[in-house]
Amino acid sequence: MLISLYLLRSSNWILLSVGAVLAAIASSACHAEVVRVAVAANFTEAAKEIGAQFEVQSGHAVVFSFGSTGQIYAQITQGAPFDVFLAADQVRPKRAVQDGYAVPDTRFTYATGRIALFSQDSEMVKGERTLERSPFAKLAIANPVTAPYGSAAIETMKALGVYKALEDKIVQGGNIAQAYQFVATGNAELGFVALSQVAQHHAGSRWLVPESFHSVIAQDTVLLNRGANNNAARAFMTFLKGPAARAVKEKFGYGAGDSP
Amino acid sequence: MSDFTELWPPIRLTLELATVTTIVLLLVGTPIAWWLARSKARWKEAVAAVVALPLVLPPTVLGFYLLIALGPEGPGGWIAGLFGGRSLAFTFEGLVIGSVIYSLPFVVQPIRNAFESFGERPLEVAATLRASPWDAFWSVAVPLARPGFITGAVLGFAHTVGEFGVVLMIGGNIPGETKVLSVAIYDYVETLRWTEANILAGGMLVFAFVVILSTMVLQKRTERSES
Repeated sequence: MLISLYLLRSSNWILLSVGAVLAAIASSACHAEVVRVAVAANFTEAAKEIGAQFEVQSGHAVVFSFGSTGQIYAQITQGAPFDVFLAADQVRPKRAVQDGYAVPDTRFTYATGRIALFSQDSEMVKGERTLERSPFAKLAIANPVTAPYGSAAIETMKALGVYKALEDKIVQGGNIAQAYQFVATGNAELGFVALSQVAQHHAGSRWLVPESFHSVIAQDTVLLNRGANNNAARAFMTFLKGPAARAVKEKFGYGAGDSP
Repeated sequence: MSDFTELWPPIRLTLELATVTTIVLLLVGTPIAWWLARSKARWKEAVAAVVALPLVLPPTVLGFYLLIALGPEGPGGWIAGLFGGRSLAFTFEGLVIGSVIYSLPFVVQPIRNAFESFGERPLEVAATLRASPWDAFWSVAVPLARPGFITGAVLGFAHTVGEFGVVLMIGGNIPGETKVLSVAIYDYVETLRWTEANILAGGMLVFAFVVILSTMVLQKRTERSES
């Protein structure tokens, strides 16, 4: 008896709170829409923070899907339900426009990435001569064929003149997240990771690779056909260029790209 | 027409990995299957459940724990240390260890079933004929359990060929060492080289069909010859 009374009361509460939420949604934005954004794995943390701010500011809702740029692109060609594509490179967004999956003239660079040579060992990485001097067995990088962060690592090693000597020590992660995983678990003593992965914590040792050592890691976004008539999608892309998003990008170690 | 010679190394590596893994699986799996079939221990089903875990666990769970276990802090790092290395991740040997764990239930289960199917009687007969347990095992139990061994070996081999998640997490994508077929397909799809992806993926499809069909035919045939 007591239990059923309790259930009755709690179900009332649920109804009340559902009603309150619905009322809040209805009042905050009469035209609230949902934007589905597919995001390259390296931008995960920054995207979540930008998304949260965007929701508060606009009243729209964002649903993120995180994955590798190549996987996301393959899914888009097969009709995946995404409105906006945040890639890790420029190739796939350009191709999305060419192949008719995206809206022309909506592409821009939302962030530029930086790479860092990183080790869990606080003594290991000491500046640009680390790779010549330090004894190590494995150096982790992202797959240079699929990930711009990986090809930037190769370019850096070539610029330093150590690539030939190190070639046999390189292990590849499927993406930059996995390259970091190999270093974080100690399976590789050091690796080239995205600055965004280590910008928020201070353990270990690192060397921020100067941008002159590799070509720019430009990460482009594009509005997909599905989002062409979605107000939330266009609002999100505008927000992505704005000062609030820019601050988040800087916090995570990204350059602001085409943002004014 | 593009150059398809680069498709061969991952195929060869995958066949090597599956072959070595199958041999190790038969060596490790047979005593386990025998013990599971014969033991009267109460907790043997707990052991059987542990062996069967890879059937249920996602490869990411195995891959994650293996990455730590093979690394410098784990037993794998200790073993690698004996040979002057510091981690068994990113090595062919590491992949063999991962594959053995991953495919273990596919080998142990059929062999255990085969050992259980003929019951105590043939072994008792062998014992009254003064065969030692070791002798009885080799000249009675193993021949009787032959279909189980064949099914186990075929499934263990095929399942290793089809492995992806574990290899992706502990392999490091090194050509000729850890870049197996499934990872090569993943890379081709990622880089929009769908012709190559199609050739390899189509080959896998045919391979899997042939394997499953032949195990089924084999099973039917043994059932018929038994009845």
